[in-house]
Formats: sequence, C-alpha cells, structure tokens
Amino acid sequence: MASVVVRDYIIPANDFTIAGEASSNVRKILSQLGVAPDIVKRTSIAMYEAEINAVIHGNGGQAHVEIDENKIVITISDQGPGIEDLELAMQEGYSTAPDSIREMGFGAGMGLSNMKKNSDILDIKTAVNEGTTVNITVFFKK
Amino acid sequence: MMTINELSHKLGLKIITEIPKKLERKVTGVYSCDLLSHAMAKINEGDVWITIHTNLNVVAVASLTDCACVLIPENIEIEKQMAERAAEKEVVLLSGAKSAAELCYEIFRLIKD
Repeated sequence: MASVVVRDYIIPANDFTIAGEASSNVRKILSQLGVAPDIVKRTSIAMYEAEINAVIHGNGGQAHVEIDENKIVITISDQGPGIEDLELAMQEGYSTAPDSIREMGFGAGMGLSNMKKNSDILDIKTAVNEGTTVNITVFFKK
Repeated sequence: MMTINELSHKLGLKIITEIPKKLERKVTGVYSCDLLSHAMAKINEGDVWITIHTNLNVVAVASLTDCACVLIPENIEIEKQMAERAAEKEVVLLSGAKSAAELCYEIFRLIKD
C-alpha cells in the first residue's frame, strides 16, 4: 500500500532547544489525519523517547516516518556508541544517563520500556561503536 | 468541574503564559512527578502537571501529553526560554507559592467538588 505521508527529520546531538520537535510535528500530523487520540498519544510517547535517546546517547541522528491508512512506522537511527547490553537496557530503571541529563528530569531508565509499552512492534538494532536503529510501529486499529 | 482560569484565581496562582482560549479548558485531574519519562507515561489529558523543572523539555512533555497546564511550585524561578517556548506551543504555564504536595491536595479537593 502506498504511503500517504512520509517525513524525515534531523535530530541534533545534545540540543535540548529543539529536542522533541520531530515528535511534536508527527503528533500534529496524526491529529490532523483524524487518528484516535489514544493512538496519537501512544505514538508521541514512543517517538519522543526514541528521539530523546538519540539526542542524549546517540550523538544525534535522524528520524524517518511513514504513515499509511493503517499504521505509522517510525525509524530513528544514530551513529552513536550503540547499546552494550540491550536486555539490561530494556529493564525499567536501568540508565546510563550522566548527572547533567538527570538534572533535567531524564535518566529514569524508562525510555525503552515506554517505547515498548506504547508501540505495537518495537525492533531495535544496535552495535557497539556503530550506532542504534529503533523501529516503532503503531497500528491505528486494534 | 473547574477551568484553569477559575482554579488559578481560587488558589492564587500566577498565570505565566496568557493563552485566553486555553485558560477556559476544564481541569480533570492533577499529577505531580519530576521524572519526565514517568510523567509522560502517567499524565492524563486534562491534568494539571506539577513539576519543579523549568527547562524546555517540560514544554515538550506537556504538549505531547496534552495536559491542561504545567504548574511550577514554591515560586521557583521560571527560565525565560521556557516561558517563551510555552507561549509558542500554547502550553499554559502557572506558578504557585506552595509546595507540590500542598498544591496537589488543594487542586484535588477543588476539582472533586
């Protein structure tokens, strides 16, 4: 099926003045398309977490978003340090965020679990020193 | 049921971002948390979100969760950058003198009636 909306975003490293802009923009698009508010919220949460991770941990990256009438697929990739132990990172409460990031309210260790809870399919590919790619799929109908 | 405007007057809260149409929005709950990921997962639409953080990420989380407004307690100084971003994103920002716990209690009591 042809995609109805395709968007690409650059996610700059460590820049909190625009962190969340891509997610905010996608939220707006979904609302305008008439997607149910609870689906919009789940998508926004999952995407914002992935976006913030790229800002904090991935030295920035990019987001690619494809929306068709049934689903949204979000791919957020970075060329950062990668995740050493993905299973450990998936555990709620585990975080490697530095103190400067924690002072801003991040680093609760809930990013990946929030992504998992709020997406229908979550696929993470990561390699140390090569980067991480997060694929989030949310279906519009249950 | 109470609007943000009514709530602000009753509790003597200062309105930092004046967005008239948003001030008429109904407040349906209150939530307090300073861990952004936790708050994002738990805030319900229509909640007053109380947090001591005054950085730009608060505006992003408020906008993504569609909470009614953000309330900064204990007269904590609000960064100018945050107030500007809140105005731009149409996020209502309030400031109060009391602690988060006291504000939660008072808001909860008011919206329950």
